Amino acid sequence: MSNATTTTERAPSVYVPSAEALATVLAPGARPPRPSALGASLTFGWRALLKIKHVPEQLFDVTAFPIIMVLMFTYLFGGALADSPRDYLQFFLPGIMVTSVVMITMYTGVGLNTDIEKGVFDRFRTLPVWRPAALVGMIFGDVLRYILAAVVILGVGLALGFRPDGGVAGVAAGIGLLVIFSFAFSWVWTFFGLILRSEKSVMGVSMMVLFPLTFLSNVFVEPSTMPGWLQAFVNVNPVSQLVASVRAVMSGSSDPSATMWLLAWSAGFVLVFGTLTMYKYNRR
Amino acid sequence: MSRRTTGLAIEAEGLTRSFGETRALAGMDLQVPAGTVYGLLGPNGAGKTTAVRVLATLLRPDGGTARVFGHDVVTEADTVRGRVSLTGQYASVDEDLTGTENLVLLARLLGLRKPAARDRAAALLAAFGLTEASDRQVKKYSGGMRRRIDIAASILNTPDLLFLDEPTTGLDPRSRNQVWEIVRAVVSHGTTVLLTTQYLDEADQLAGRIAVVDHGRVIAEGTPGELKSSVGSGTVHLRLRDPGQRPQAEKVLREALNVPVQLAADPVALTARVGEAGSDLDASAQAARALGDLARAGIVVDDFSLGQPSLDEVFLALTDHPAVSADERDDELEAAR
Repeated sequence: MSNATTTTERAPSVYVPSAEALATVLAPGARPPRPSALGASLTFGWRALLKIKHVPEQLFDVTAFPIIMVLMFTYLFGGALADSPRDYLQFFLPGIMVTSVVMITMYTGVGLNTDIEKGVFDRFRTLPVWRPAALVGMIFGDVLRYILAAVVILGVGLALGFRPDGGVAGVAAGIGLLVIFSFAFSWVWTFFGLILRSEKSVMGVSMMVLFPLTFLSNVFVEPSTMPGWLQAFVNVNPVSQLVASVRAVMSGSSDPSATMWLLAWSAGFVLVFGTLTMYKYNRR
Repeated sequence: MSRRTTGLAIEAEGLTRSFGETRALAGMDLQVPAGTVYGLLGPNGAGKTTAVRVLATLLRPDGGTARVFGHDVVTEADTVRGRVSLTGQYASVDEDLTGTENLVLLARLLGLRKPAARDRAAALLAAFGLTEASDRQVKKYSGGMRRRIDIAASILNTPDLLFLDEPTTGLDPRSRNQVWEIVRAVVSHGTTVLLTTQYLDEADQLAGRIAVVDHGRVIAEGTPGELKSSVGSGTVHLRLRDPGQRPQAEKVLREALNVPVQLAADPVALTARVGEAGSDLDASAQAARALGDLARAGIVVDDFSLGQPSLDEVFLALTDHPAVSADERDDELEAAR
């Protein structure tokens, strides 16, 4: 006879709905008061953290990409634009930090677009909570990614010889300004994430916006070397204002005019694109 | 608890909504009594999902009005949201999160503090047989488990009105029965349920009243019994051994049943409706008589079945056109995004 071994694998227990068990969860209790706007936003922020916990690969974008950017441009341009990569880095690091983080902001739009595709936003949109909370919370999660990216770049910079005169306080202030701007700029992407049909088209649009915005700026070279018409654009570009502010505070001084413009741009992005985003979000 | 409302849970008048050229809702009227299961029955692309999305405040109608417990879904959307819950056709929970995390997240958003939210999540997972899976990501759940976590998420706040959009599409029979039991329990606790389905037997099993929807409007409304008697209570399907005997079989059947007989594309198959209103015999007695007459006429029957009218047959009877097929649904969903 064959050695028929009976596998004693436990059959998955079959769920039988029980009226009593269901009755205990169906009894209508008193409804708790609605959470505050901030409370709801923070709860959605907690969701973003849980997603990072379950899908840590998504941090690849905010770690590997910035490292590559720093190494690539420091050694590509360092010799040509300054006496050495190390000298160039003193000028360049705040700029590449801004470039990398501003580029990462587009993932807010990609993430939102994917979420909507999956249907979970249908549930969020039928909840009686402060309407922007789902989006604000999502951006709160993204802000953590921005901070992580900035810290990674700072680490690489320090290892390569970046020595900011502003010290810990100056660097922290620089990252703070960067985070304020990135939070505001993320609302551009929530808007595109809502109006565009696929994550590919969000990526496509973001490249068309981000490349001119980050490269036509004072990130890589001083604007004084550029033709007049280009200087005109570079000087009003919010990324230039941001880079000037961050450079100033990291080197221990300040650039009040640039910082003022930067904050004005940030307020403008939240006001205009936040409003457009909520208009689309409510009217889908 | 006095939260429950008697009277009408939903009153919709002349709802319209277009997506480009497609008129998904073409003047839909609905009156759903509170405390019942109400079925929206129709084929893919009939406008069921669009209707649910409008009533659940996810989509604005182009025209017409809709009130949920007396509150307008457009101007008082926030009040409506406080009383309804939606389980959509696609997972309306976060697939990357675990079962517990999803329910705690939603409980917190409904205002429960963390310990209370955890307790509520654990109780719901237990009642829905998901305790063992509570720490697994929802994307690893089976189809039936996903539906259950979806419905559990929808009753976190014991809504007064629950929308279930095709809750059993794609489920195996056992999971479907589980969902049916849950729906029965939910409605027995006073929640009104608006259920969309493509299956007549599902509407029949669960719904107190049914609206048949086609091309964005309600074409028939009533209790399951009323609808079925308007269509005839059953259909006889026959397969003959010899295709040459089909003309003779058709004649025998027509005389025995006194109804038109359909000849299917298959050369040995015939179908006929039985149990029409006004007949002196019920459906099974009519079918038995027809079978006897066929045997006496020497016609060999290989396969015989008596079933309830299918959705297709209800449609054919109500609209004189067959239920529209699948791809229109995708257009509607695409447009609803």
